Amino acid sequence: MRKQGLQIAGFAVVVAAIQLVTSVTGNVYHLTQLTMSAYYSLVVLGLCILTGYAGQISIGHAGFFAIGGYLSALLTTHDFSVHGGPVVSGLAAMGILTRRPDLYGGELLTVHPWPACIFAVLTAVAVAYAIGGPVLRLKGHYLAMATLGFGIIVYRIVLGTELVGAADGIYNVPAFPLLPGIAVSGKFSLRVMNYYVAWVFVILGMVFLLNLVHSRVGRALASIHGAEDAAEAVGIPTARYKLKIFVVSAAFAAVAGVLLTHYNGGIGPSESSVMKSVRYLAIVAIGGMANLWGTLLMSLLLNFLSLRGYFGTFDDAVFGGILILIMLFAPDGLLRRQLFEELKGAVFPAGGEKET
Amino acid sequence: MNFDLFLQYMVAGVTYGTIYGIVAVGFNIIYNATGIINFAQGEFVMLGGMTAVTLGRFLPLPAAILGAVLITMILGALLEILFIRWLYRPSVLRMIVITIGLSILIREVALHIWGESVRALPYFTGTSVTSIRLGGVYISPQVLWVVGISAVVVVILGGFFRYTLLGMQMRACAANRDAARLCGISAKNMVTFSFMLSAAIGALGGCIVSPITYVQYDSGVPLAIKGFTVAILGGLGNSMASAGAGMLLGILESLSISVLPAAYKDVISVAILLVILFVRPSGLFGSIEAARLKEF
Amino acid sequence: MRGRNGIIVAIVSLALLVGAGVQAAEPIKVGAILAVTGPASFLGGPESRTLTMLAEEVNAKGGINGHKVELFIMDSGANPEKAVSFAKQLIEEKKVLAILGPSTSGETMQIKGIAEEGKTILLSCAAAEVIVNPVAKWVFKTPQKDSDAIQAIFNQMKKMKISRIGVLSGNTGFGKAGKGQIEKLAPENGITIVASEVYDKASTDLTAEVTKLKAANVEAIVNWSIVPAQSIVIKNARQIGFAGPIFQSHGFGNIKYVEAAGAAAEGVIFPAGRLLVADVLPDSNPQKAVLVKYKNDYEKRYKEDASTFGGHAYDAFMILAKAIEKAGSTDKEKVRDAIESMKGFVGTGGVFDFSAEDHNGLGIDAFELLTVKDGKFALYGK
Repeated sequence: MRKQGLQIAGFAVVVAAIQLVTSVTGNVYHLTQLTMSAYYSLVVLGLCILTGYAGQISIGHAGFFAIGGYLSALLTTHDFSVHGGPVVSGLAAMGILTRRPDLYGGELLTVHPWPACIFAVLTAVAVAYAIGGPVLRLKGHYLAMATLGFGIIVYRIVLGTELVGAADGIYNVPAFPLLPGIAVSGKFSLRVMNYYVAWVFVILGMVFLLNLVHSRVGRALASIHGAEDAAEAVGIPTARYKLKIFVVSAAFAAVAGVLLTHYNGGIGPSESSVMKSVRYLAIVAIGGMANLWGTLLMSLLLNFLSLRGYFGTFDDAVFGGILILIMLFAPDGLLRRQLFEELKGAVFPAGGEKET
Repeated sequence: MNFDLFLQYMVAGVTYGTIYGIVAVGFNIIYNATGIINFAQGEFVMLGGMTAVTLGRFLPLPAAILGAVLITMILGALLEILFIRWLYRPSVLRMIVITIGLSILIREVALHIWGESVRALPYFTGTSVTSIRLGGVYISPQVLWVVGISAVVVVILGGFFRYTLLGMQMRACAANRDAARLCGISAKNMVTFSFMLSAAIGALGGCIVSPITYVQYDSGVPLAIKGFTVAILGGLGNSMASAGAGMLLGILESLSISVLPAAYKDVISVAILLVILFVRPSGLFGSIEAARLKEF
Repeated sequence: MRGRNGIIVAIVSLALLVGAGVQAAEPIKVGAILAVTGPASFLGGPESRTLTMLAEEVNAKGGINGHKVELFIMDSGANPEKAVSFAKQLIEEKKVLAILGPSTSGETMQIKGIAEEGKTILLSCAAAEVIVNPVAKWVFKTPQKDSDAIQAIFNQMKKMKISRIGVLSGNTGFGKAGKGQIEKLAPENGITIVASEVYDKASTDLTAEVTKLKAANVEAIVNWSIVPAQSIVIKNARQIGFAGPIFQSHGFGNIKYVEAAGAAAEGVIFPAGRLLVADVLPDSNPQKAVLVKYKNDYEKRYKEDASTFGGHAYDAFMILAKAIEKAGSTDKEKVRDAIESMKGFVGTGGVFDFSAEDHNGLGIDAFELLTVKDGKFALYGK
């Protein structure tokens, strides 16, 4: 436990150092893409637990991201004053609906971002629960296809539904006031604050996941990954653990979806596309599969480069290429934990601290 | 709905269904040989169509199609040799992910070679407006070409697997790889053949449907998704059944339009896929399938 | 195409600059966010090629007011989140004078607020009317209005005494915006929509959809889409024996779709800018010279037919260039004012008359009703 505390603290220092360096060198605008990368990292970390630790592939995680982002965007932009009725006024009295000016001077009655966020994440969790049972009974390509199918259904629904903007997506999503004085917003003036907000979320997520991995659940997951039948035989309720992890990783994706949508001020159907899910998977693969820190590092790096347009017209090709290369030459992931141990073993032959 | 209209929907359904069926047959061939689903199958269809259109500029149509099929076939072999053949006991997850990566790469390469524009081969008979009238139903001659050629392909394939030595070797590998190897069959070569065969069928499919559906660098993925659904519906590995399942899905989709907004057409077919997966998680054809799954 | 930093930079030919020994004035930085790859690449592709060509052309002539143009083309792949990231990057980091694009309406709407906040000119190449209605100070668009295109179709329908129509539309932003406008304008024009279907942009066969329309006894079909599937619509409609007129949107303005549809395309009626019929326009038409030049330049350089989409990017670039010339400065505020007060600018989309209320500047006269005759675009009724 102490070791994880140190890792987290070290990481927090790095986050702060990056911000300081950018402000000294005058590259503050890099923080924009770093903030966005942080949110995508949340999705990838959730997927890392599911795919890397529990060994369950998912090619549909963009679907959970989209459920979170779209629901929050819809509730915070849809004008409820046109519906009227006692329910609407009741909700308004409870503070769930709030009035805010729209861009053109009119007034909108929309759901406050907090209840919208909670509703969006809970919906994603409920969906994950509902489909998790049957989906996780599948193995191999059946599992891959079922999760892919789920992703496609979400994509088709957001693309085909006029209420959520069809091909245009939802725009003019308001800022998300998390706490008094702290808001998730893409405004230029709030950039530094949002950088820290995003990375605080990532750090909290890391703390949660690291604890999970090093708990009883984590050890059970490792056994499921290793040999599911054997795990079942020694009395580990594999189905229950798998479902739990599936839901946790869906919740991570949904939270990321909500936050990034408020940060960007909108969301479009491409966020739910299959290609997005594949990218998340590629990052987990290059990050070392069962390696949260490696995944976080790679997610930060690749998302940052992609969002800044470094890959030009080869953006998708880069992620496809990564997948192939990793699977061909390092199927356990590039930055796998064993790699460090192997290196460590080479440096300290007597063996350093054993990591599980 | 009057009867003519119903028939017209059926004709549309058969057209979709045949296209899906061709893709599904390609999935099955590779599945039987390797136990994996080749997520890049749709790309073979796209490559076939694109290559044929390019060759069609200097070659007569049949030669262009033949050329495209051969080129795609060689490409299929190359992909297998470069990315699959030398892997030592790859896991299913690993192979799936490789084929997903290949699908993306092929698509991106196609974009950078051919650009984003849409292409099509000319209609084999008549023009785009020619139609044959049967009672109150109109059928494009190209639909007959597609259905006819597909039927011939399925029959030839059936014969190939049953009566030729190569076909029987491939079947032996699919049934029991170790036993086949003990009999002196090179399992690795059989996998390469299966990629070639599957690529060739995909490419041929891409050529014959391109006058109807057009072909573009990214037209592979949607077809692949329909192909999976059909392959699963019919039971993985069973080509005859998937041809039938293709028809079923095509007709369902076509009829669904008469009651539901077309925008959700694809949701329906994917939902069918999920339901089948959930209801028969061990695979459609019971325990043999389930046992095989463990192996790969 | 891939420059350093991955950004496709179609820069100032530095070599030319040095060779000529001209002391370089500060270059004018212009950003472009285009869907060069991805589902809207049929828009972004020609747009990006057009801009690359124009920037080189302008720079070869010594730039605008002696300033070279430095163009940053970013490929968003039609992802709004990338458009957002790129917009911030271009505005703050590259400090561009203006952003050309994005290609799609969804992306444009996502970055509209960013352009406003960053006080940077946005010349969108996307069609939706919400982009300029209500007017935002910094946001302009060059494609013609959907509502004008639809009005042009409805005017023709009234002449043909058509009142019952079936509407098909693609599930892209373009299809969605058009469908909305058709539904809005139909009642005013005494036209009833008896059936309406939305199809997927990757559809391979639409017989079932057109069968449904035919079964509803429509007198004419209006198809609003910008994707290849629109040629499938007309083919399938003719194959099932639908004999009535078929109207298409200005999204049909790409000869590839006509070739793909073959004989079925004959007689299709659609409103479009005059680029497609540049060669047959009378010499008296004010746009003729501009159109013929763009068309010839583009086709000579890229060996492919010019499309109206590339034309939207052409207009965006040229309007900006003209405004910089007119303002005599590269001050954002002044250039913006120059665009807003620009009158009678002859572009490929029409003759633009901007004002504080109209950030599109095109009216119904920007459209000409076209048809397909012997596999070529022709003016309808002429």
